[in-house]
Amino acid sequence: MSNLIINNAVANDEWTLVKLPASQIAERKQAGKVVLFKLTGENTVTDEQIAGTVIPATGKIIVPLSVFITRKAEFQARIASNEIGVWIDTHEVLESLIENQADLNVLPIIAVHVERFADGRIFSLGALLRTRYDFKNELRAFGDVLRDQLFFLKRSGFTSYLIRADRSAEDALASLKDFTKPYQGAVDNPNPVFKRYNRAV
Amino acid sequence: MYKYDEIDQQIVDERVAQYRDQTRRYLAGELSEDEFRPLRLQNGLYIQRQAPMLRIAVPYGMLSSKQLRKLGDIASKYDKGYGHFSTRQNLQLNWPKLEDVPDILAELATVEMHAIQTSGNCIRNITTDQFAGTAPDEIVDPRAMAEIMRQWSTFHPEFALLPRKFKIAVSGTQDDRAVVQMHDIGMEFYLDKNNKIAIKVWVGGGLGRTPILGSVIREHLEWQHALTYCEAIVRVYNLHGRRDNAYKARIKILVKALGIEEFKRQVEAEWAHLKDAPNTITETELARVSKHFDAMPYEALPAHDASFDTAIASNLAFAAWAKRSLHAHKISGYRAVTLSLKPHGSAPGDATTEQMHVVANLAEKYSFGELRVSHEQNLILADVKLSDLFAVWEKARANGLATPNIGLLTDIICCPGGDFCSLANAKSIPIAVAIQQQFDNLDYLHDIGDIELNISGCMNACGHHHIGHIGILGVDKDGSEWYQVTIGGSQGNQASIGSVIGPSFSAEEMPNVVQKLIEVYIKERTDEERFIDTARRLGVAPFKAHVYADKNAAKDEVAA
Repeated sequence: MSNLIINNAVANDEWTLVKLPASQIAERKQAGKVVLFKLTGENTVTDEQIAGTVIPATGKIIVPLSVFITRKAEFQARIASNEIGVWIDTHEVLESLIENQADLNVLPIIAVHVERFADGRIFSLGALLRTRYDFKNELRAFGDVLRDQLFFLKRSGFTSYLIRADRSAEDALASLKDFTKPYQGAVDNPNPVFKRYNRAV
Repeated sequence: MYKYDEIDQQIVDERVAQYRDQTRRYLAGELSEDEFRPLRLQNGLYIQRQAPMLRIAVPYGMLSSKQLRKLGDIASKYDKGYGHFSTRQNLQLNWPKLEDVPDILAELATVEMHAIQTSGNCIRNITTDQFAGTAPDEIVDPRAMAEIMRQWSTFHPEFALLPRKFKIAVSGTQDDRAVVQMHDIGMEFYLDKNNKIAIKVWVGGGLGRTPILGSVIREHLEWQHALTYCEAIVRVYNLHGRRDNAYKARIKILVKALGIEEFKRQVEAEWAHLKDAPNTITETELARVSKHFDAMPYEALPAHDASFDTAIASNLAFAAWAKRSLHAHKISGYRAVTLSLKPHGSAPGDATTEQMHVVANLAEKYSFGELRVSHEQNLILADVKLSDLFAVWEKARANGLATPNIGLLTDIICCPGGDFCSLANAKSIPIAVAIQQQFDNLDYLHDIGDIELNISGCMNACGHHHIGHIGILGVDKDGSEWYQVTIGGSQGNQASIGSVIGPSFSAEEMPNVVQKLIEVYIKERTDEERFIDTARRLGVAPFKAHVYADKNAAKDEVAA
């Protein structure tokens, strides 16, 4: 049974997620454009990991951002046949994707990995991908994805959700409809409530 | 005040259903403790020492009589018959059952109330001046914008899980009473040179373990852009604030680490994309919400009332109360009234069900059916006629709501502390009560005059100790409770953070320590000086010398 929701229904997953090989190095790194400051404690991806990532020879695959950037030459033919997607971690920087792939819409899917439920960076990343970089294709959340994030993810531009394996995607569907008329404009509907309805006193 | 339409009502109703299901899943074991925590926190439910604590939102401190009556009913039905008004103008229940919370929310929804985002790492209740709309020094009534911001921040999808809590205050007066410099975002509304509403935006202020005054990020922002500009600030924070260490996760730490110039550069770069986006506020929307805050149907009254003047002249107790509890009003013949929730000898900010009902009735009868909660933890009737004040006083006094100590030493701001809160290092209520008992002499209190004494049970600073003229902070030393004392802190336009006077004290020493601080002030003050002025002029040294004189003498004796 699939644990993937696409739009408003449980669906089969056509994509294979390519993971980095495990790293022994758990160093604290300065990530992000705010290098002056941002010490988030996330692992650095090493050159060995990137080189050692096993790429399946056929089929639709979602590759890590670091692998996509470093080994892009390997993917050119498959990008043309819509077989390559990219996934990013919440601490990674979108600019590094854009610098290497100006037109994101050659990617049929971008996935964002959220390690912990409480990490709300995923929402800003979704909003930026949709509104700043005009990404139009499937935007997927995976990792610690539970039903109580879904409404926020949907409003932040996500269209598919891989629910954590120990939870039911079928049950989670209900949460996509938690609120009927949200107040503020967001990605799914840019107009705030005061522009959607006539709220005369 | 703002009244819900069908859209507002539907959102709180859907919230009740959502939270009821989350609670059901938790009780059924479908949500782990760790998974339920952020969900219940976003609904103001803490698990405390003795029982859960539920924090109910009072948006920018405004309540109707009907709402306060319902709060009183809820306190009686689901709790022990009292509630605690907090420094964020909210109401806290200390003894509700976790399983009852969905039912409490359903009852709140019937009077257009909720507990949304009263805790958790999200945008919290927006606070403002308790005299909004009535204060003579008001330039812009900030309540309509506060309501527009409340709606915008409610379930904002991008900012649902921030690195840490996020507090916004708005103010529209010459004298800041909303402590805007102590907030993650502070918005000071004013009229610009074209006579248009504009906003001076502060960012990165806060108390807690790293008290910092905010910095101005923008001197002039047109009101239409309030939401998109906040989105730019909160987005930069959401992406770049620290998430590895909860103690370093507030926006103030990010602003400090980057420097205000670099932070501002990033925010402005972000805002370049967001400016004029659909969330830009329209004239129509501001007009719609402002209508809810139209002036009350005031009577045309003379500036003086003979019955009031007679009562002042003939009744010393009434006169003493009036001197402290009445506040000037925009409209001739009206006053704002502070009802004290600080009777000597009980927990500051607490009100019983009966008291809530009494205040609800007073508001209904004498103040257009509305009232406010102040961040000093008192209740305000904002629109009372001079001729009604004596009746209000009699009723308030009969119900323990007329202690004439507003703005005096015993009008203590105090968090729930170690008696209730699981974060606290030390108890705070017994310290407040002991100080109130030590100074239970109204003549002496009036002679000491205007002073603010704030107590927090831990460095999270819910009792705002840093900005008390005298601040008391509970600290833990080897498992026992001690108290660190600061002086010279202040709220308002001249906001400042207090300085520690020296080593901490035991609970028993505290009333005497405050006594000694006051003695120095009485001895050294000039005619015009308040405690804070003397403390600023002289600095810590003379206070320190007097407070520690006995201790040092005792040490010398032991040594000799």
